[in-house]
Amino acid sequence: MNIDFSAEELAFQDEVRQFLSTKLPADISEGTLKGLHLGKEAHVRWQQILHAQGWAGVNWPVEHGGTGWTPTQKYIWSTECANAGAPDVVPFGLKMVAPVIYSYGNEEQKKRFLPDILASNVWWCQGYSEPNAGSDLASLRTTAVRDGDDYLVNGTKTWTTLGQYADWIFCLVRTGDSNTKNQEAITFLLIDMNDPAITVSPIYMLDGLREVNEIHFDNVRVPAANRIGEEGKGWTYAKVLLTHERTGIARVAASKQKLAALKVLAQSTSNGGEALLDNPAFAQKLAEVEIELLALEYTDLRALSAVSTGKAPGPESSILKITGTEVGQAIDEMYVEVAGYYSMPFVKEQFMVGFEGDPVGPEEAANSAPHYFNNRKASIYGGSNEIQKNIISKAVLGL
Amino acid sequence: MDFSYNDEQQMLRDSVSKFVHQDYDFDSRRKIVDSETGYSKEHWALFAELGWLMVPFSEDDGGLGGSAVDLMLVMEEFGKGMVVEPFLNTAVIGGGLIADAGSDVQKQDLLPSVMEGQLQLAFAFTEAQSRYNLADVDTRAELQGEHYVINGKKAVVLNGESADKLIVSVRTAGAQRDRDGISLLLLDADTAGISRQAYATIDGQRAAEVSFDNVKVSAEQLLGAAGQALPSIEKIIDRATLAVCAEAVGSMEVVYKKTVEYTQTRKQFGVSLASFQALQHRMVDMFIEYEQARSILMMAAMQLDAGEGLAPKAISAAKSRVGKAARKVGQEAVQLHGGIGVTDELDIGHYFKRLTSVQYLYGSTDFHTQRFASL
Ligand SMILES: Cc1cc2nc3c(=O)[nH]c(=O)nc-3n(C[C@H](O)[C@H](O)[C@H](O)COP(=O)(O)OP(=O)(O)OC[C@H]3O[C@@H](n4cnc5c(N)ncnc54)[C@H](O)[C@@H]3O)c2cc1C
Repeated sequence: MNIDFSAEELAFQDEVRQFLSTKLPADISEGTLKGLHLGKEAHVRWQQILHAQGWAGVNWPVEHGGTGWTPTQKYIWSTECANAGAPDVVPFGLKMVAPVIYSYGNEEQKKRFLPDILASNVWWCQGYSEPNAGSDLASLRTTAVRDGDDYLVNGTKTWTTLGQYADWIFCLVRTGDSNTKNQEAITFLLIDMNDPAITVSPIYMLDGLREVNEIHFDNVRVPAANRIGEEGKGWTYAKVLLTHERTGIARVAASKQKLAALKVLAQSTSNGGEALLDNPAFAQKLAEVEIELLALEYTDLRALSAVSTGKAPGPESSILKITGTEVGQAIDEMYVEVAGYYSMPFVKEQFMVGFEGDPVGPEEAANSAPHYFNNRKASIYGGSNEIQKNIISKAVLGL
Repeated sequence: MDFSYNDEQQMLRDSVSKFVHQDYDFDSRRKIVDSETGYSKEHWALFAELGWLMVPFSEDDGGLGGSAVDLMLVMEEFGKGMVVEPFLNTAVIGGGLIADAGSDVQKQDLLPSVMEGQLQLAFAFTEAQSRYNLADVDTRAELQGEHYVINGKKAVVLNGESADKLIVSVRTAGAQRDRDGISLLLLDADTAGISRQAYATIDGQRAAEVSFDNVKVSAEQLLGAAGQALPSIEKIIDRATLAVCAEAVGSMEVVYKKTVEYTQTRKQFGVSLASFQALQHRMVDMFIEYEQARSILMMAAMQLDAGEGLAPKAISAAKSRVGKAARKVGQEAVQLHGGIGVTDELDIGHYFKRLTSVQYLYGSTDFHTQRFASL
């Protein structure tokens, strides 16, 4: 047993560091490290830099323009990105719909959609959840009824992250008649958002920002050519994807970076004349989170090593989702603790990139509470932590 | 032993409860929070009319007796509706400091207008470096003839924007964290040299950063003896701490009940969420947290009224335990609501925010746990 990188892996690490130190724009890394909101332009700008380097499709197969990296290389990449303050790529195009298209789409669809996704020319959003289909996604009710060469789509999707920017949405919709079994009635459709029959209304989050949306489809005409694979197979496609795209789900690198920065902050925060970091209660709590994170890092590495030897990630990856979000949320909460009274001011402008006013309180405190509130989402979305436990109890423990 | 309220207390509680139910639904509150002043002047006038602003004061001062139990039951009802009117800052803290430290003349001058709803107060005591140490005061006031000249900066002064008068803790002698040498000065908020940078807080209230640049104030505006203010400050902040504990208990009651109700109506997988035992136990835990918080709150209120010197320890016990409960109940309520819980739309997220800020207000959970151990 050893966890050393090979010589090639070390060389790769150098190459990544070199790239990040020269190509990552300072405004973007600064905003990311401070936990500020970047906005569409910055995300697209960064992703286009990645594309120019040939590194946009981290998980993609080489034939479609992907990097073809090994799991270890991907791990090195995500660690270095977190340390340098490179933002996560917006996942909907590059990480979510692209794999469905290159795995199950036809040649025509691959040619039509993949290059623009890789180049971040088109913004995608994910239309799975509905007001009455959250954890029970298979009960979704948005319908697609065949009409000649088209489908007519009606229904409501919700929680659509950054749908306000989207050019396209990938949806799970219901096809077939009322006798079709739930899962077998679900079809995967790509829908152009530039359509007056689609309305997008904002949902504001606890930090006061518009992050998600509700999207209404009122007789939207969608060419059948936009259907991925077969009618009624959408559930299978979506599920295969869910169990495969788990690299980085534990967010170990990002949490390590945040924890390190938190320590520095607590060291410089005065608590009755001493550093807050030296306060026994605080130090204990911080150590507990750090130890949990260390264990998680090795759980993550074990999963990674299993994937490297060719095993598909199993339901164990639910551990990574649960523990990863819990650790992340614990760190967020400690930022609030460090901010103390200065967690209270709610000055929205101050947590957007480019703020130039007279700041209230220390910079790091400004977004501490809003971010803590916002990130309670992490244990709710992507299959809530309760649903992940159901998966483990069924699929691993056999209960 | 008697845990029941007497008739007057019952009436007081009913009247606050009726107000919250009838006039303080979530949408009305949102309008108030978004308004220019951040609180409703009509409501404030009503509080005065109904005598609620007299609750924190002794009968000698023209109040209703100033019992901690009365304060507790008002704040608990306020907590149920997340009331943002500055009752705590103006009446409990500002008025409390004047009643405790002020001269007879100052009391006669000011307390009637507090109780009549004519005067808004804010207590400027926290500083960027002070955290929860009330003795850590670096804002200095120098005596020059008949006047003090104040220089320094106070952080997160709640109700600092609307206050007509500020009470500011200043160092008139000694080193930055000495217990001696702290004084209280009372001054008009628009005195030359004071600047206020106002903002909203995460929990729907208003606050301000307040800077003092050579602010000149007559030595007659001292509240209490020069250099001897800390005991008064500690006493009143303890009271305020009890008040926010009560508020949190009120909020927790609403939050656990709403969560139970929501999981009974929300269906997934063809059944109500409440039918999942994994969630039932979580809600039972929320309920236990709430009950434990209520118990320790009542203990602290009774200790405060008994006035046998045990109060500070009891207050810290309450703040520590209530803080722990507020954290758990707030987080779990959001989680069990799913996506709708993290939106601005639903009240649950707003209770969660307030249940978060009260964990840090007047000393964090850790701070009070350690203070409890040290007393
Ligand atoms: C910020 C944010 C962004 C999102 N972005 C997107 C997006 O871009 N696209 C998209 O399609 N969706 C998105 N979602 C939706 C997300 O996937 C759902 O919120 C999630 O599936 C939970 O569904 P729900 O909110 O309806 O909660 P519910 O399903 O109603 O669940 C409520 C609570 O009950 C628990 N629960 C439910 N069933 C069980 C059970 N069987 N056993 C035990 N506990 C259970 C849940 O864990 C949760 O705690 C987003 C959500 C959020 C909050």
